[in-house]
Amino acid sequence: MSVFGFHFAALVVVLPLISAAFSALLRGKNLPWALTTIVSALSFYMSIQLLIEVSANGPLSYEMGSWAPPWGIEYLVDPLSGFMLMIISGVSTGVLLFARESIAKEVPEKQLGMFFSAYLLALAGMLGICITGDAFNIFVFLEIMSLSSYVLIAMGAGNDRRALTAAFQYLIIGSVGATFFLIGVGLLYMMTGTLNIADLASRFSEIEDTRPVRAAVGFLIVGIGIKLALFPFHIWMPNAYTYAPSIVTAFFAGTATKVSVYLFIRFIFTIFGIDFSFGVIQLTDILMPLAVLGFLSMSAVAIFQKNLKRMLAYSSVAQLGYIVLGIALANETGLTASIVHIFNHAIVKTGMFLSVGCMFYVIGSPYLKDLNGIGQRMPITTFGFVLGGIGLIGVPLTPGFISKWYLILAALERGTYVSYALVVAIVFSSLLAVIYIWRVVEVAYFREPPEGSTKTEAPLSMLIPTWIFILGSFYFGIETSINVGFAKAAAAFLYGGQ
Amino acid sequence: MIEGLNPAFIFLLGALLVPITSGIVRSVIMLSIPVVALIQLYTMGLGVWGQYEFLGLSIEMTRIDPLARVFATIFCIAAFIGTIFALHVKDTIQHFIAVIYMGAALGAVFAGDMITLFVYWELTAISSVFLIWASRTERAYKAGMRYLIIQVSSGVILLGGIILYYQDTGSIAFEYLGLGSLATGVILVAFGIKACFPFLHNWMQDAYPEATVTGTVILSAFTTKLAIYALARAYPGTDILIPIGGVMTVFPIFFAVLENDLRRVLTYSLNNQLGFMVVGIGIGTELSLNGTAAHAFAHILYKSLLFMCMGAVLFRTGTIKASELGGLYKSMPVTTVFCIIGAMSIAAFPLTGGFISKAMIQSAAGDGGMLVIWLVMLFASAGVMDHSGIKIPYFTFFAHDSGKRVKEAPLNMLIAMGIAAFLCIAIGVFPDALYAILPYEPTYHPYTASHVITSLQLLFFAILAFALLIRYKIYPPELRSTNLDFDWFYRVPLKNLMLAIGRLIAIVWAWVSATANDAVQKIITATADTHGYGKVMARTTSSGVAVTIIVAVLGFVVVFFYR
Repeated sequence: MSVFGFHFAALVVVLPLISAAFSALLRGKNLPWALTTIVSALSFYMSIQLLIEVSANGPLSYEMGSWAPPWGIEYLVDPLSGFMLMIISGVSTGVLLFARESIAKEVPEKQLGMFFSAYLLALAGMLGICITGDAFNIFVFLEIMSLSSYVLIAMGAGNDRRALTAAFQYLIIGSVGATFFLIGVGLLYMMTGTLNIADLASRFSEIEDTRPVRAAVGFLIVGIGIKLALFPFHIWMPNAYTYAPSIVTAFFAGTATKVSVYLFIRFIFTIFGIDFSFGVIQLTDILMPLAVLGFLSMSAVAIFQKNLKRMLAYSSVAQLGYIVLGIALANETGLTASIVHIFNHAIVKTGMFLSVGCMFYVIGSPYLKDLNGIGQRMPITTFGFVLGGIGLIGVPLTPGFISKWYLILAALERGTYVSYALVVAIVFSSLLAVIYIWRVVEVAYFREPPEGSTKTEAPLSMLIPTWIFILGSFYFGIETSINVGFAKAAAAFLYGGQ
Repeated sequence: MIEGLNPAFIFLLGALLVPITSGIVRSVIMLSIPVVALIQLYTMGLGVWGQYEFLGLSIEMTRIDPLARVFATIFCIAAFIGTIFALHVKDTIQHFIAVIYMGAALGAVFAGDMITLFVYWELTAISSVFLIWASRTERAYKAGMRYLIIQVSSGVILLGGIILYYQDTGSIAFEYLGLGSLATGVILVAFGIKACFPFLHNWMQDAYPEATVTGTVILSAFTTKLAIYALARAYPGTDILIPIGGVMTVFPIFFAVLENDLRRVLTYSLNNQLGFMVVGIGIGTELSLNGTAAHAFAHILYKSLLFMCMGAVLFRTGTIKASELGGLYKSMPVTTVFCIIGAMSIAAFPLTGGFISKAMIQSAAGDGGMLVIWLVMLFASAGVMDHSGIKIPYFTFFAHDSGKRVKEAPLNMLIAMGIAAFLCIAIGVFPDALYAILPYEPTYHPYTASHVITSLQLLFFAILAFALLIRYKIYPPELRSTNLDFDWFYRVPLKNLMLAIGRLIAIVWAWVSATANDAVQKIITATADTHGYGKVMARTTSSGVAVTIIVAVLGFVVVFFYR
């Protein structure tokens, strides 16, 4: 890697952070969008370079301002964070390609500069959380991401005023989560005197039996759980996803909660350590019931929804249940399942939300009752949505199958009766997914379109990015060396790197 | 031909041409697909193609061995006949789906590993349901939905079994499994659903009669025989299959004699025929497995023939109720002849396909000294004679004249029926051609004096009984005469007992299904009450409530960690 390439670790975050300020100054429909897209694409490029570098030569440490850790802030790219950087910047870039027409219709033109400024801040926040090796720095980036996402969600007020209350509720609950996180980090700092993650990890075992540390662990698990929309902390999420502008929903569905999953994995595996998390405090007993209840209950709720975006939001909560279950299973296969599902769900769900974005663009409503016969009115979009749905259900040759395959293997690896119950629960919730996807198919293909409706497709600039995600999902369902390969490497790193 | 091209792909790729062509071009394409696939099948010979590694699993897309080949051969023939029969249909979706469905069934037969099998297994389920929905009636939609749920569940159960099996053995090869672990038990249930095991069978009688005229013909050939193939591959010689098959041969008879919808009668008899094949698999000797393969082969021919005849009648008269038909031999003489050939074949008259195949299974049971199952099959044979051999042609074409005067069936239907009828007789007269492609070395000779005489005795007594009863009007030729059984002569008490058992089974089954329905209904209602739109789990609570929940969980978690 070149000398310049070494600085990618800083630039990948700093570039969107600084560009956010410039975007706020730009006016018009195209300029802020173009700037954001280019910046996001550059971040994507740098993320890929970093990931290649890390895969070849192992973790990469970057000292901010040349202050050596643990005193200075360290940026650390390891297999997991490299993989996350690629997912986040990749999804962001794909969504932005889609965004131009879509957002111009949903947000007033004079606010677009500010909108994309917030978007870039959210992107910088997410990338920062994943790359930084400093616990307090994580909190800072978490707040950058959260505050900008409150703004982005509130921007949906143009479509539906309820976006404002949704954003406000997210703000309250999100702040509670962030505060808990900060309390947890503060307690850890009190006990260890360090904020550097590697340093924290090495000192953790000495103080793990102290009461402040146990309290810190509780605050951290719950705090991150809130940000992650872990059942039953998910209450902010369906509203936020439903009323946000289409591209914001698509972007967050693929990335925002996944970043929190990353934090979960980072704290549980790297800082607390496997022995403490699953041996001493028995995290499995807390997380597994929540995960299973989450994916069963939320899939059931999704069946009854009348708003397509809301249905997909509940489905996202359910999918997060799968991811958390993989973590809770406490074996390497399970962690692989979680990490690979972060990727797979990101690509599938983003594709589906973009399809819904196309429908919203043309029809102007995400309600199922307004989508009768959409299969005839927008055949290309609807077909894309259905293919995405097949991926979500987990039909073989789709990414959903890969994730569930590993998840079921991991459950069986535990080799208890609980394993079989888990397998049944996973399969059963897949059947629930069949039902809620089928409801859309029925509305789309078996109902007559309303009188006088014409066949209108969304513009190509929206269809092509949507289909990139849909076709990409099938590509990664068949040729799995990239997603499964990196996920396995990351899981092995977290298990072996202790 | 392309080396190593799976014949199923010829169907699946050919299907893509169906929607973009029309008229004569499309007809030519659809007819040439099965022909080309059959030629490809035999040019390829035996062997294995298309092996890949996927997620560390060995995928084997194409495996042709004698067992797969005999099923693939009859699938291609059935596809050809079914396509001719459906040529007059204008509905593009039906044609397209039919070709996909045939291709999926063929692909499953060639699958060398269970993941590939699973993919095709689900594809047959998903594609075939459109043949039911193509009727475009409310009943068909609902029946199709039930059908789809059961078929997809079969696939999901199969997948569960595969995963367990992989966990146990590290292999997904689709080979002999046998019973003996949870995994293989689960897989057997999945196969059993598609093969219509007793109490898993209802989907067939529910759905097949609701399909279109041509759809039923195509459906009847593939799905269940695919399951028979899978059973023959994975569970030969599994003892439990003998009683299961025995029950399958017997119990549909009771329902078939009571049924008025003649296409439904045929599905019951289809179920009964599957029973013979399952018994053959359960016995598991070379002779019985050959018998199963041969019986599947012959069965597809005569059962399609009968479904085609009934389809033609339905097409022309618009009804298929026994009570509304009769006397059609005057207006549809050619169909009548074909139907009688099909009926003779299913009743296993010498010189027909049914004779040379069913006898093998029965002989295998006899060789193994399995007296009970031998008798059960004998009884079932008589039942077949009654409800398919006599009831179907008699009530449709003879009996009292319904006064319906319709045209003979369309030419394409007649050609399709003619081919099937010709093949029924051809393999009956020249069984060696069929025997040559059976999985094992054929050592069986159907035309020995004792075989021929035994079956002729059975059949002639049945016919005599029938003739006498009609002559003396002991049974009026309306519905009640369906109770006519050849064994009426010497087993009236036994028959009554059997009918009583049948009713008892029906009552118990009704109770079981009602209780199960009720429980499922309660679960669904409870779920809807808690998870429905705007209900407690789906409601947006106030932020205060949300934070209260959070704090409660935090408290619990912290206490939990303090232990």
